[in-house]
Amino acid sequence: MTAILSLPARRGAKGLRVLPIVEIATLVVAIAAPFVLSDRIDLVTLATNVLILSMLAISFDLCWGLSGIMSFGQALFFGVGGYVIALVGRDLGFSHIWGTLPLALLTGFLLSALLGAFLLLGRKTPTVIFVALGTLTGSYAAERLVSGWQYVGAGNGLSSIKLLQAGSYEFVEGTAFYFLALATLLVVYVAARILMRSQLGLVLAGMRQNEERLAFVGYRVQLFKALVFSVAGAIAGVAGALYSYHQGFIGPGNMGPGLSTTAVLYCLFGGSGTLIGPILGTIAVEVITYALADIDAIKSIWPVVLGLVLLGVVMFQPKGILGFFVSDRERIGSYGERPQRGA
Amino acid sequence: MALLEVRNVGKSFGTLRALDGIDIAVQAGTFHGLIGPNGSGKSTLLKAIAGAHFPNSGSITFDGRDITTATPYERARAGLSLKFQITAVLPELSAYDNVLLALQSDQSLWSLLSSRTRRRLNGEVMTALERFRLADRADDLAGELSHGQQQWLEIAMALAPRPKLLLLDEPTGGMSPEERRVTGELLQPIRSHCALVIVEHDLDFIKDICDHLTVLDQGKVLDDGTVAEIERSTRVQEVYTSRV
Ligand SMILES: Nc1ncnc2c1ncn2[C@@H]1O[C@H](COP(=O)(O)OP(=O)(O)OP(=O)(O)O)[C@@H](O)[C@H]1O
Ligand SMILES: [Mg+2]
Repeated sequence: MTAILSLPARRGAKGLRVLPIVEIATLVVAIAAPFVLSDRIDLVTLATNVLILSMLAISFDLCWGLSGIMSFGQALFFGVGGYVIALVGRDLGFSHIWGTLPLALLTGFLLSALLGAFLLLGRKTPTVIFVALGTLTGSYAAERLVSGWQYVGAGNGLSSIKLLQAGSYEFVEGTAFYFLALATLLVVYVAARILMRSQLGLVLAGMRQNEERLAFVGYRVQLFKALVFSVAGAIAGVAGALYSYHQGFIGPGNMGPGLSTTAVLYCLFGGSGTLIGPILGTIAVEVITYALADIDAIKSIWPVVLGLVLLGVVMFQPKGILGFFVSDRERIGSYGERPQRGA
Repeated sequence: MALLEVRNVGKSFGTLRALDGIDIAVQAGTFHGLIGPNGSGKSTLLKAIAGAHFPNSGSITFDGRDITTATPYERARAGLSLKFQITAVLPELSAYDNVLLALQSDQSLWSLLSSRTRRRLNGEVMTALERFRLADRADDLAGELSHGQQQWLEIAMALAPRPKLLLLDEPTGGMSPEERRVTGELLQPIRSHCALVIVEHDLDFIKDICDHLTVLDQGKVLDDGTVAEIERSTRVQEVYTSRV
C-alpha cells in the first residue's frame, strides 16, 4: 500500500484504477476456462455462447453507453449476419472464415448505416424515443418477414449450417471454436476501447452529456451517431455469423425484439458505458439462466424474472454491477493525459 | 455591410408572438448590447440567430450569407458562437476537455481517432484556460467549478473556435460584483477579432462594455442606438421605470 502511495501523484485524485484490473482478471479467466472445463463440453459450449453474445452486448453498449442511441434493434444486425453466412453456405457452398466473417461484418455495417441514416440523419433531431421505437420496429419487422419467407426457412429458420472453415480445418463446437470466439471478441474489444479512449470518444462523451452544446460548437452530432451505430451494427453482424456457425442454426427469434432486449439487459446489468461491463453482464445473465434451466418451476417464469431484474437495475442501479466498485470518474474515463508544458 | 443582419424576424410560440418583426444590424468589431424586460424576447432572438430554432418569418444574414434556416452546425462553421442563458458546460468532463472539444470540431475523423489533436491543440487549450483564469483548474471536472467559473469556461469554449460573432446570453447571471468586473475585463481583448451580441440585465455592466444598444420590449425593437443615445431615450426610460 505504501508503495502505491509513494508513486508520483497522478493528475487529480483519481485513486486506484479498477477497470484495468477487472479487464485483466476477466481475460485470465476467459483463457483458463476451456482448460478447467475441458471434460464438460456443454459448459464449453455455454462459455462460447457467452463470448459471442458479449459482442452483441458490446454492440449495444457502443450505441447507448457510448453515444446515447437507445437501440432496441441490435439483434436485427446479429440475425442478418447469421442468415447471410447460412445462405452463402447453403447456396454457394462457401464457408471460409476469411470470406464469410468479413461478409457478415459488411452486411451488418451497411444495413445499420442504412437504418441509421434513416433514423438519425433527418432534418429534425430525433428523440431517444423515436430511435428506440424505430430500431425496435426494424427488429420486429425483420423477424416477421423472415418467419414468412420460405427461401430462408420461414418459421423453422435455417439449420445444418455448413461448418466454418479455415483452410481445410472445420470448426465444430469445442475448444477451438471457443478460442476463435475469444480472439474475435478480443479484437472487437480492443478496437472499441481505442475508439472510446480516443478524441473521437471524447466527442461522443460530450454528446452524451449535452448534444445541443456540441452542435453549437460545430459538431455534426447526428453524423457521429450514425457512424457509431454502423460500427455497432458491423460488430453485431460478425457476432451473429459466429453464433449461427456455432449453433448450426439461425432462426427468426435470433433477430427479433426478444434478443434485442436481452442485449440491453446484458449491458445495463453489467454497467453500460464501460466495455467490460456488458461482458460481465452477459456472463452473469447467461450463467444464471443456464443454472436455473434445469429447474422446471423457475424455467417457465424465468423471462419474467429477467424482466424484473432489468426493471430493478434501471431503477436502483443504473450503473450496473460495475457501478458498485468503479468510481464515476473512472467510469466516464479520461481521454489521454494532458501533455505537460515543457515536458 | 453589417456582419449580422436580422430583417423583420418573427417567431411565435402558439399564440404568443415572442418576436414581432425584429430588425437589427451588428457591425464587425462592435459590442452590441441587447436589453429589455423579462420575456421581451432577448433569448428567443439569440436562439434564432444561433439556430436553436428557426424564425417563422424574416431573414438572417451573417457574413454575407443567408443563414435563416442553416443548422447550428453550419452556423458554427460559418463563425457564429453562442453561450446559452442556462450554463451548458459538459459537467462530467474536465475543464481542459471542455475547451479541447470546442477547439477540435473542425478536425477530421482520422485525426480525432488517432488522438493527434490532443497534443497539437494543447497550447491553444491552455491559452484559452489561462485567459479565463482557469489554468489551475484544468483537470477538475467542469461540474465541480463554481458557478462563475462555469460561465467563464463556457465563454472560453464559445471563443475557442475563433468565431467572428459571439452571442452571450446573460454571462454574468449569478456572479458576484467582482466576478462581473473581471468578466468585463476578460471580454475586452476579443474586440480586435470578434463582434459581440450580449444580453444582460445589469445595465451598468452593459453600458460599460457595449458600443451599441438595442432595447426590446414585447418582441419588438423599442429603441436602437449608441449607449449615449439610449440613455437619453425617453421611450426606454418609460419602459424601464414603469416595469423594472
Ligand atoms: N420554447 C418556448 N416555448 C414557448 N414559449 C416560449 C419559449 N421560449 C420562450 N418563450 C416565451 O417567449 C417570450 C420571450 O422569451 P425570452 O426567453 O426570449 O425572453 P427574455 O427576454 O430572454 O427574458 P429573460 O430576461 O427572462 O431571460 C416569453 O414570454 C417566453 O415565455
Ligand atoms: Mg432570456
